[in-house]
Amino acid sequence: MRVVFPFSAIVGQSDMKQALLLAAVDRTLGGVMVFGDRGSGKTTAVRGLAALLPALPVIAGCRFNCEPDRPSPACDGVCKHAGVGTTPSPVVDMPLGATEDRVVGALDLERALTLGEKAFEPGLLARANRGFLYIDEINLLEDHLVDLLLDVAQSGENVVEREGLSVRHPARFVLVGSGNPEEGELRPQLLDRFGLSVEVRTPDTLAERVEVVKRRDAFDRDPEGFSKAWKSKDATIRRKVAAAQNRLDAIVVPDAVLEMGSRLCMAVGADGLRGELTLLRASRARAALDGRDAVTEADLRQIAPMALRHRLRRGPLDEQASTVRIERAMDELLAA
Amino acid sequence: MTGADAQAGAAQDLWADAMLAAALLAVDPGLGGVAIRAGPGPTRDAWLSGFRALHTVDTPWRRMPPGIGDDRLLGGLDLAAALGAGQRVLQRGVLAEADGGVVIAPMAERMATATAARLAAAIEDGGVRVERDGVAERLPTRFVLVALDEGLEDELPPEALMERLAFRIALDSVGHRDALPISATPDDIAEARAALAEVAPPGEDAIHAICSAAEALGVWSLRAPRLALRTAAALAALEGRDVIERDDLSNAARLVLSPRATRIPAPPEAEPDTAEAQPEADDADTPQDPETGGEDDGPDDTDRGQGALDDIVLEAARAALPESLEDLWLATGAVSRAAPARSGASGARLPAARRGRRIGTRPGQPDGSAGLDLVETLKAAAPWQRLRGKQTGSAGSLRVRRDDFRIRRFEQRSESTVIFVVDASGSAALQRLAETKGAVELLLAEAYVRRTQVALIAFRGEGADLLLPPTRSLARARRQLAELAGGGATPLAAGLETAAMLGVAERAKGRTPLLVFMTDGRGNIALDGGAFRTRAEQDALNACRRIRSAGLRAALIDISARPRGEGARLAEAMGATFAALPYVEAGRVRDVVRSLED
Repeated sequence: MRVVFPFSAIVGQSDMKQALLLAAVDRTLGGVMVFGDRGSGKTTAVRGLAALLPALPVIAGCRFNCEPDRPSPACDGVCKHAGVGTTPSPVVDMPLGATEDRVVGALDLERALTLGEKAFEPGLLARANRGFLYIDEINLLEDHLVDLLLDVAQSGENVVEREGLSVRHPARFVLVGSGNPEEGELRPQLLDRFGLSVEVRTPDTLAERVEVVKRRDAFDRDPEGFSKAWKSKDATIRRKVAAAQNRLDAIVVPDAVLEMGSRLCMAVGADGLRGELTLLRASRARAALDGRDAVTEADLRQIAPMALRHRLRRGPLDEQASTVRIERAMDELLAA
Repeated sequence: MTGADAQAGAAQDLWADAMLAAALLAVDPGLGGVAIRAGPGPTRDAWLSGFRALHTVDTPWRRMPPGIGDDRLLGGLDLAAALGAGQRVLQRGVLAEADGGVVIAPMAERMATATAARLAAAIEDGGVRVERDGVAERLPTRFVLVALDEGLEDELPPEALMERLAFRIALDSVGHRDALPISATPDDIAEARAALAEVAPPGEDAIHAICSAAEALGVWSLRAPRLALRTAAALAALEGRDVIERDDLSNAARLVLSPRATRIPAPPEAEPDTAEAQPEADDADTPQDPETGGEDDGPDDTDRGQGALDDIVLEAARAALPESLEDLWLATGAVSRAAPARSGASGARLPAARRGRRIGTRPGQPDGSAGLDLVETLKAAAPWQRLRGKQTGSAGSLRVRRDDFRIRRFEQRSESTVIFVVDASGSAALQRLAETKGAVELLLAEAYVRRTQVALIAFRGEGADLLLPPTRSLARARRQLAELAGGGATPLAAGLETAAMLGVAERAKGRTPLLVFMTDGRGNIALDGGAFRTRAEQDALNACRRIRSAGLRAALIDISARPRGEGARLAEAMGATFAALPYVEAGRVRDVVRSLED
């Protein structure tokens, strides 16, 4: 396995880092979309995330990362009698140019050719089950793959009906996309699927820029050494994520905060209930990460732009106005 | 020195830098590559053969055709080998084949954004991820990309790719007489590579100098300073040194940062006095002025030595810039794409209309329009080979049956332009217009998915106006439509003619025009503006026939309360779909457009 740049060594980009950690704490958030400038470390952050995720308990050797007590029908025979094991939380990269058969899984050509057997060979969606699926330049992904992803993400299940195969297996993953809107728009249906959306910019102070280049240079020269130096910081974050996952269910959401969330969504005209739900869940995850027992208005305030920005009705031209609108609405509500 | 001498001198300098870039790329392929802006010709050829001469004869050298498919670019299944061996055999693509060598991309200015993204990912990862046709593998590859850019001013290779190439060189002004060969050999390069491994990492002062020069030049992406530092190390290695010196940094700034500049910093001596009054003038620090030295609140100490180094490096980069901002933008392409504030034109460059994209296969018989998909057909046949072998009793050859045949499905992806032509005459005009606006907005709101553009022509009074040129922008359409007014006579023929002209122009751009007329079909103004009903009707019919013979697809929506047949007659004359919608509703109009698109 290649050494990746440590998450904790990323300079600045606090919104992006926080959104990814929130999604790691509560996987039902609906994933993260990262828009932004080239060279601002989008891919680096997602790759670095893998090191922060606690290991998953699984049926040993299961091809679908099934939970120990819940084998999927597709596991037939292969997994049922195996023991319990753990696997590192998958962060699966879906490269542009992947073909459909590799994404959803397909007939195992080799076994078909040599044994004349019809066997299912799992694809990337199977590997990503219970983990993260990352698509860089998601706005350049071919439409039929986008349709497919939307469908699977909706149902949490991958249904394969091809080449005489009929297989269904669980495919619940946190979708993380990144892209540069200048290279092509993202379909609104897809954007809507993401729980959180953040925008990253190249750091604009000289000191920060020097620090980014310095660390990157140090990493390029000695990846192992550099990673080792940051290992304990990464481990601290990993412990925080694990602890937050455990306490998540116990977090209290006061009625006043709930109400504030709904009023905020109404005030900015965020479409659908998904916005409210995401706002609530993300705030809870933030409180958990922070080691607190209850959600506060401050959580809501901080989360609102990333949870709601992409859900406002707007013309394609007012890109930046959304964040401003949310912040203004928040100010007004709090002042009232 | 005469002007001609100066020009020749500049050309020689350009060429020297071009060959220096060639040598640096040979020493450190990690610099990504070079974009060469030049038409095909002896100068470009001289650079390419000069570059090649720096490599040993066994260095892989691959040309990547502009329209290359993923199977050749990334690799995939080697079907013949798979069938022979009974196991998956990976066929490497161009990128993996070029490991340790060079990929040449001709006509890079036409490269699809998606292809550029695949290349960029390979350069970034040092490998190709193959997830195709049942094959999953990562093939390591390190190559130098030479992007040949033959574009005109507004055509540039995709920025996602340019971003990762250390050098950008314009050879257009270099005559082939100035294109002298360089004397370096592959042995020299090998020596420099060995030296590169010994070069000490750049110090904090060097990193600071490069970063602050990049900032002063308005170079925002942080890949640029990283590539500049790498270039400085390679420059040191070329001279057999193990320390990066000041000149290395200056040269690196000139080679890597200057071509990316989006602004021209003031020369250091220009404003020594004002700098005192404005401690934030970080572009123009003077070493004598302690006030301005340490304003970055960075962790590094910016003492005199640092300020001096920063200035020297920036000055070297600045000297390579053209004198005016305008020339700079001309030389480096559209500034809006490089600047962090996305003001002005949005940088969205769409790939040219495509022919239709494969979206999979389905069982069926191949014919002229639908080709056989060999891989899928064989995959379909594969599981049955043993059984069929038993039945026929023969062994060895492959048994493919008719129902194994799979044919390719293509998605029709010619992007369409829906041209609305609205009768804005008479009393009903206002309401009609309001509904039409609704339909336009509805289509645009959904246009992301279909990649549809919408244009609007209205005819009233004496002629037809293009109220909304083809656009995909909902915001723009709303703005434009807000000012639309109606009333007056009905110059129907002018509306038809204007629509036909726009339709033909759109088709010339590679898009599919769809004409949607909303009228009662009762024109009363002729083409020459005369108010003669019969001539107006004749003109309109003639225009319809022209639309038909031009092969433009059209629909006519009759919006009169009691259709009397004029609309239907016109529709017939232009071979258009006809629909009567006395109460125009946005949703219905959209449906008519949809039926045209399919």
